Amino acid sequence: MKHLLSVTDLDAAAATALLDTADRLKQALLGREVRKLPTLRGRTVITMFYEDSTRTRVSFEVAGKWMSADTVNVSAKGSSVGKGESLRDTALTLAAMGADCVIVRHPASGAAHRLAAWADRDRAATGTDTCIVNAGDGTHEHPTQALLDAATLRDRLGSVAGRRIGIVGDVLHSRVARSNVFLLATLGADVVLVAPPTLLPVGVQQWPCRISHEIDAELSTLDAVMTLRVQAERMRGAFFPSAREYAIGYGLSDERAAALPQHAVVLHPGPMVRGMEIAPSVADSARSAILAQVRNGVHVRMAVLYHLLAGAPE
Amino acid sequence: MADDRRGDGGGASSGVSDRELLNAADVARIIARIAHQIIEKTAGGEEVVLIGIPTRGTVLARRLAAAIAEFSGTAPAVGWLDPTLYRDDLRRKPARALEDTEVPEGGLDDRLVVLVDDVLMSGRTVRAALDALADHGRPRAVQLAVLVDRGHRELPIRADYVGKNVPTARREQILVFLDEIDGADGVALRREAGA
Repeated sequence: MKHLLSVTDLDAAAATALLDTADRLKQALLGREVRKLPTLRGRTVITMFYEDSTRTRVSFEVAGKWMSADTVNVSAKGSSVGKGESLRDTALTLAAMGADCVIVRHPASGAAHRLAAWADRDRAATGTDTCIVNAGDGTHEHPTQALLDAATLRDRLGSVAGRRIGIVGDVLHSRVARSNVFLLATLGADVVLVAPPTLLPVGVQQWPCRISHEIDAELSTLDAVMTLRVQAERMRGAFFPSAREYAIGYGLSDERAAALPQHAVVLHPGPMVRGMEIAPSVADSARSAILAQVRNGVHVRMAVLYHLLAGAPE
Repeated sequence: MADDRRGDGGGASSGVSDRELLNAADVARIIARIAHQIIEKTAGGEEVVLIGIPTRGTVLARRLAAAIAEFSGTAPAVGWLDPTLYRDDLRRKPARALEDTEVPEGGLDDRLVVLVDDVLMSGRTVRAALDALADHGRPRAVQLAVLVDRGHRELPIRADYVGKNVPTARREQILVFLDEIDGADGVALRREAGA
């Protein structure tokens, strides 16, 4: 693995290897006096965030620090980006400073792929070796989120293969939904997307999943339901009449949670808008794995850094 | 951990010859002897924790614990610890898969830890395991038990309990087979032709 840009770069064996590594890292740190591993000593990990984020950025930073990497955070606010520097120049500057790994979040879909292409060209020209991790690019992909969701499902359900997972809400603007559909399908899950027709992207028929517009028809057969945040900041136009109407049509209410099978798990990639896509009582219920997702996020990101940085370059 | 032991033990391909060093009865005798030595050296095996180094060290630790329980009446705690994250040669090979780690309940503080591995060679795996142990707690003392010591030490490390000392050439391999993993017990020395 040279970069982690898309879950479609991972076959079932590679994805399972990452999840197994995450499990083992979790075990290795369990109940320890010193919660730090020496594995990435001397490696520099830079997070470069052009969009707001709490959990992803902190999670990557904690993951790097627990493995003894030096982590540096760059955000668009307060950096030279504000002075008009391009993405390419900022990234090459960071690589020239010796970054072994650049973790990037950007509002433009494909930003991480462009960075990886530049990094590879730079490697051929100057011998610097920087790997790129996509921490969310526009409405395209968020691979580590899908990996941590898969890790959480594996914890709670025992396996992903053969399970039916519903992904409900604003699929159109969600990189989390796209990454999850492809990763969970790769791992053998049966995925169903549930959304109003206005919130589904063009080409969704080609995704390896089933499409539904009726949440109540699906609930009783789901092993897990993942609710997505309605991304108001990306919406330019009217996709549904009102927040209240959306909540009535697609929100995961108490009544809907009660219609799920006993063992079913509720996931949310966060940040949640309580009362909109998920009722507060459901988010805090025993079947909610939302905080487990956050905990697994650190271990999954440690696993990604381990696979990218710990071994010899391929 | 220094050797690849995933051979078939039969020397099937031409140019490879395997010589049996220990058979199943030898392995059983060695485990019984080391169990007695541990009881003797630790005054009855109280407060002893056996920590295996995966994968075959884990199997050996479990067997030693069963033997100690049988001989002394006190069953020592058993755990296993993957030292991969502490290795000094990680950057020489592509990232390797990690093994399970499980420290027994009660932790390692003030207990007598016996590390258990199948083959001792360079000592680098044991060095990594010692560093990993230190991050898990502060044992009263750490001892080392190995099934085979084949020499070629690169660090000042010595085993407290040795099943068999085997003089080897660097290019030879020691193959350890254990019933739980390989279907039968035994130790063989593999020599490549022309080596």
